[in-house]
Parts: sequence; C-alpha cells; structure tokens
Amino acid sequence: MPRMTMIEAIRDAHAVKMAEDEDVVVFGEDVGYFGGVFRCTAGLQETFGKNRCFDAPINESGIVGTAIGMAAFGLRPVVEMQFADYVYPAYDQIVSEAARLRYRSAGDFTCPLVVRMPTGGGIFGGQTHSQSPEALFTHVSGLKTVVPSNPYDAKGLLISAIEDNDPVIFLEPKRLYNGPFDGDHDKPVTPWSKHPLGEVPEGRYAIPLGKAAIRREGSALTVLAYGTMVHVAEAAADALGIDAEIVDLRTLVPLDVELIEASVKKTGRCLVVHEATLTSGFGAELVAVVADACFYHLEAPIVRVAGWDTPYPHAQEWDYFPGQARVGGAMKRVLEG
Amino acid sequence: MDGRLKLHVPEPEVRPGGTPDFSGVKIAKAGSVRRPPVDVDPAEIRDMAYSIVRVLNRAGEAVGEWAGTLTDEELLAGLKTMMRVRAFDRRMLMAQRQGKTSFYMQCLGEEAIACAFRKALEPGDMNFPTYRQQGLLIADDYPLVDMMCQIYSNRRDPLKGRQLPVMYSARKHGFFSISGNLATQFVQGVGWAMASAIKGGDRIAAVWIGDGSTAESDFHSGMVFASTYKAPVVLNIVNNQWAISTFQGIAKGGSGTFAARGLGFGIPSLRVDGNDYLAVHAAAKWAVERARRNLGPTLIEWVTYRAAAHSTSDDPSAYRPKEESDAWPLGDPIKRLKNHLVLRGAWSEERHVQAEAEVDAEILAAQKEAESHGTLHTGPKPSVRDIFEDVYEVMPPHLRRQRQKAGV
Ligand SMILES: Cc1ncc(C[n+]2csc(CCOP(=O)(O)OP(=O)(O)O)c2C)c(N)n1
Ligand SMILES: [Mg+2]
Repeated sequence: MPRMTMIEAIRDAHAVKMAEDEDVVVFGEDVGYFGGVFRCTAGLQETFGKNRCFDAPINESGIVGTAIGMAAFGLRPVVEMQFADYVYPAYDQIVSEAARLRYRSAGDFTCPLVVRMPTGGGIFGGQTHSQSPEALFTHVSGLKTVVPSNPYDAKGLLISAIEDNDPVIFLEPKRLYNGPFDGDHDKPVTPWSKHPLGEVPEGRYAIPLGKAAIRREGSALTVLAYGTMVHVAEAAADALGIDAEIVDLRTLVPLDVELIEASVKKTGRCLVVHEATLTSGFGAELVAVVADACFYHLEAPIVRVAGWDTPYPHAQEWDYFPGQARVGGAMKRVLEG
Repeated sequence: MDGRLKLHVPEPEVRPGGTPDFSGVKIAKAGSVRRPPVDVDPAEIRDMAYSIVRVLNRAGEAVGEWAGTLTDEELLAGLKTMMRVRAFDRRMLMAQRQGKTSFYMQCLGEEAIACAFRKALEPGDMNFPTYRQQGLLIADDYPLVDMMCQIYSNRRDPLKGRQLPVMYSARKHGFFSISGNLATQFVQGVGWAMASAIKGGDRIAAVWIGDGSTAESDFHSGMVFASTYKAPVVLNIVNNQWAISTFQGIAKGGSGTFAARGLGFGIPSLRVDGNDYLAVHAAAKWAVERARRNLGPTLIEWVTYRAAAHSTSDDPSAYRPKEESDAWPLGDPIKRLKNHLVLRGAWSEERHVQAEAEVDAEILAAQKEAESHGTLHTGPKPSVRDIFEDVYEVMPPHLRRQRQKAGV
C-alpha cells in the first residue's frame, strides 16, 4: 500500500474526486499554478486544467462567496484558505450564506462546498499562522466541521466532505502535515512513512463524517481529542504508563456522541484536550455532552486542557502549546480526582 | 483656515423643510448617448459611466440609438407588469398595516428596472436579487399567490415560514434565495456565472445591489472576481438615491458616479435612466448579449428614486423633504411608458383606467386565495417540525434529539 504524508493524502483526495466528478473545482490563493503554499493542490492544475483548478485573488470573502454561487449552480467547489487565521474575511459568507442557504430557501438552493484550511500552531507562525478557530464553526448550525489527525483519515474524510451535499469546514492541523507530531519539539518528527496511518490506499475510499475513532484502547480514563492533540495525548499516556483510552473525534459536528458516551461510561473518567483557546472552546461543548450523558458514571470531575486564553505568541510558542507535560499532568489529576 | 484638520461628512442638498432642487443633477437629453457595439473596448466608453442612457424624451417619444428593442405588444405587456407590481405592493403594504404580516418592502418608482430587465434574460439565467426586485418574479409570471403566502408565512409558504417577508427564493424562475445580509449575493452571482463558464454552457447571471450596499466589501469582491475571470454576469447597481435614511453620497464619497466604480476594473460601465422602461430593456439587452457572447461583465448603474419609505418600519419624513419624490427629474416609470404608448396610439386613458381596475381585481383575488391558507397571526401555519428540517440534507442525531425535546 502506498505511504503518504498528510499533504499527499489531501492532494490525492482532490485528485480522486476531480477525476471521478467533473463538477469538482478547486481554487484559492496560490492554489493553481504553484499548487498551494503547503503543496496540497500541487499538480492538480496540470492534470485537470485551468478550468478546474486555478489561482484566486487575495480575497477570502470573494473566494468563499464565488464558491457558494458555484455550488448553487451545481458544482462542488473545494476552496483553500491559505491559513485558518485568514478565514475571518470569509466568515460572513460561511455563516450567513453557505450554512443557511438550504434552510432559508427550503431546499430550493443547496451548497455542497468544502472550505479547507491549515490550522493550529507548532511551526513558529506567531499569532497569524497558528490559530485553531474550530469553535467559531461548530457553533454555526448548517455547517459540518472536520479535523483529521493522520493521512489515512485526511483522505477518507476529505472525500466524504467533497461528496457531502452541505458545506463542510475542513481543518488541517499543519503540524501534522509531515508527521505525527507528539508535542516533543526537540526531536525531529517521525515521518508518516513510519506510521501505520501513513498507509493510504489508492483510489476512492470514504470515512463517514460524524464517526470518531478509538486510537488507543484503555480503561483508566477517556481522553477526547482531535487533530494534533491526539498524538500529544498518546505520547503523554505512553510516557506515564497510563492506561488511557484516546478518542480521536475526527468530526466535531456532527459529533459521535454514542462512541464518547460508551467510552466514558466504561472508564468513568474524562479528560478533554484541544489546542484552541479555553473559554467557549469546543471542549466546553464536549464537557457538557459528557456531563449530560455520563454524569452518574463519572468518578472524577472532567478536566480540560487547552491553549491559554491569549493570542498565540511567537517566541513562547512551546509555553503556549498544550504539550505532553500539561496533558500528562491533567491525566494524573483526573485519575486522582 | 486655522490649520486644523476637519472631517468631511457628506450631506444631501436638502433636508425636511427645505425645497428639493435637482437642477444641479446633470441629465443627458434622451437619445443623445450613443449605443456602442457590444464588443467595444471598455477604454472607449469610459465617458458613458458619467452620462445617462435615455430613450423616452419629455414628449414621450422614443429617440436615439437605444430605441426600438421592443414591439408595441411587448411594451403593453411591460406596462401591465409594472402596474401589477405596483398594485401588489399597495395591497401588501395595506396587509402589513392590517397586521396580516410583520414587514413589507415596496419598490415604488423603481418598477421599470426589474420588470424590463427580466425581459432581456432567457430561461436558465439566474438573478441574485436584493429585496427590491419583486418585479423580476412578477415579470416572469411567478404565482402571485405563492409570493403572498411567503409574505404571510402561512401554511403554503414555499419557504416554510423561515424567512422574513419578501425574501423569496425561486430557482425555476431564475431568482436566487434572498439573504437579508446586504451585498453577499453580489459576489455569489459572480461565482455562479464563473461556474457557467467552467461548464461551458450559455447561461448567464445578473447580480443586484443597492447604492448604499456598494460600500460593502462584497461589492468590491464581486468586481474583482468578475473582472479577473471575465465572468458572464451583469452587475446591477440600483441607485435609488437612498439607503434607509442615508443619502447616496455617503456610499459614493468622492466618486463621480456609481457606474464609475467599474472603470478601475476595466469593466464596461453604463449609467441608465432607470425610470425609462425602454432604456432599461435596451441597456439590459446590450449587457446580457455581452455576457452571453463571452465578452465579460458589464456594470450598470440604474438611476432612479425610492419613492416610498425604505420599508414598513421606516418613515422618510424624518430625513428628506416629502416633495422630493415629485421633484425627481426622471419622473414615474409607469406614467412615462403609458404616455409613450398613448402617443403611439397603442393605448388610451380609458383603457388605462380599465386596466388598473383589472389589475386590482387580479391582486385582490390572489390575496383572498393566499389568505385562505392563513396569515402571520391567524389560520394555518407552517409546521413546527419544519424548524428542524433543511438544516442539513440528512438530519444529524443532535437535531433529531432536539426535535424530540421540542415535542414535535
Ligand atoms: C450587512 C447588512 N448591514 C446592514 C443591513 C441593514 N439594512 C437593510 S437595508 C439597508 C439599506 C440598503 O440601502 P441600499 O443598498 O441603497 O438599497 P435600497 O434599500 O435603497 O434598495 C440597511 C443598512 C443589512 N440588512 N445587512
Ligand atoms: Mg438605495
């Protein structure tokens, strides 16, 4: 089976869908000729022509706005925001338009659209190349929000997102593009080629939206995580020898409440981890869901680990990033609580 | 000059209590502006962004190179369409006053723009309208009863009670769902047109925006994408002089005209008498042909006047003289087309009075039928279950649970 980085897997998902469905078009800033600043669309213009993959003006609201019109026409646009940090100019088009088109027109018009964007920190990108804005999208009815944590999932989830008939926000943890970064920034990241989830089948396969995965089975506590934090939590549990069950949510909306509930009822303890800022973060939603579904099974308070409620700093990146020490410490607290 | 800076805040020439004076508004004589070939180099018609295309002169004659795009029968049909729009607006305004709905917006004085424009389009073309283009639907014979049921949010509301009155959606009639967030549709329509070009079809888009809303980023985004990709789209600015209480100078700033906004983008840009049914149709045809022949976008500023209040929630006497509407130099579109047809011997005062009665009866009958399906506060309503439908194609589990909780 071919081995791919997350970048290659994402590129391959585009290529598979573009070959299969003439209505799939791809555009964004530097996306066409050059193939994207992270190379996620490299070669697509050459293979599928300028009509199907092209460069866009630096205008995020225009990119999403035109994509909505294309989707209403009957195409399946997949657009790239160069960084999640630059999605805000397009926020109105996403929230007021894409998310509500089906509803407000009672199905007269629909919006099969994917908005991809690299998310998260760990690359010394400072406050404008590091943010994790997922909660701004999970709060919006009508959107689906996806965060893959590995190449295999990235391809299968992106294919599902493109095939979905509703708008999907697809957040790609950029620190995972080249390997399963576990928070240990002093050692080089293991390449995906050495990780089982770097094995990516050729051709089409889909991972359904709304289904979480158990990355590591355990009985001492449940860790709810997504994106980069899945690998950080795994490493922290390994380092401390904690029998943690690590749930990779993969899709935040719709959320796999069933799997979460089963896991927390089994372990009786729950830790919620994300890189995004704490207050009103998606973790708050997860805590509420667990409290609602599992309250009488809980043996300890639910704990959250998240980014500090500050802008993402540059020099102090590793003091901001919730690494193994913070995640591991929180695991111990949940076990002691 | 005391050497200190001072902020410039544009003000209209007159406020309530003052005497409206439009003598300073430059209006080209009917027939005086040339009709260039559709494949003209945009650089050669930059002056047209500052002039104004007009066909009907003060005497009611159709003059100049833009005249002659419509037969007498088509003009008569256009007149009746505008009359239907006006009568429809009148009845729905009254219905709102009677508490049968929450809100209404008229297009009084602007009827010619949407009605004549619609006639320049083909089936399959798509408008991305604002809330003031009800004429597009009525000119395309969209059922009046369905429009009213939407306004009443009743059981037969095609939009299931979800949208504010007048925010219609009618794909089959080339009418994109209205958002309510200003200007968002302007750039979406450009994308729709790009999609049509990507697919290599022959369908074009027409996007609509008000003078005030041209200040939104989405207007500029639309212009960028339309010019970059030469999208097959007609970019319409309806300059009705007002944006609620704000006069057009606040959005326009130092620019000479709204049409001139197109010049920096290299987009052919026209200004057109929006109260002249013949001029609207001729200019629309020109722009539509350009789009269909893959010659790219055209920007048109339709010069008109919002004769009524912004909406049923607005009272314009607080910010503009009552007499301003009558002083408006481009007149009333229905009267002007009527006079033209009378002059041609195709119409008469008697037939006009009779037609008015017929139109009123038609609207009244439609209203009766619509009200038999309920109004906002009385009679059958859309189902509460409908709150949860159409958020997604397939209802996800969390919505299913919430619907259960709601007990529906
Ligand atoms: C994004 C946004 N901002 C503000 C409003 C409130 N609003 C509704 S209509 C309007 C005036 C628009 O004026 P114009 O664009 O000239 O159109 P007109 O009403 O004259 O047809 C305003 C400010 C809105 N609906 N959407
Ligand atoms: Mg206006």
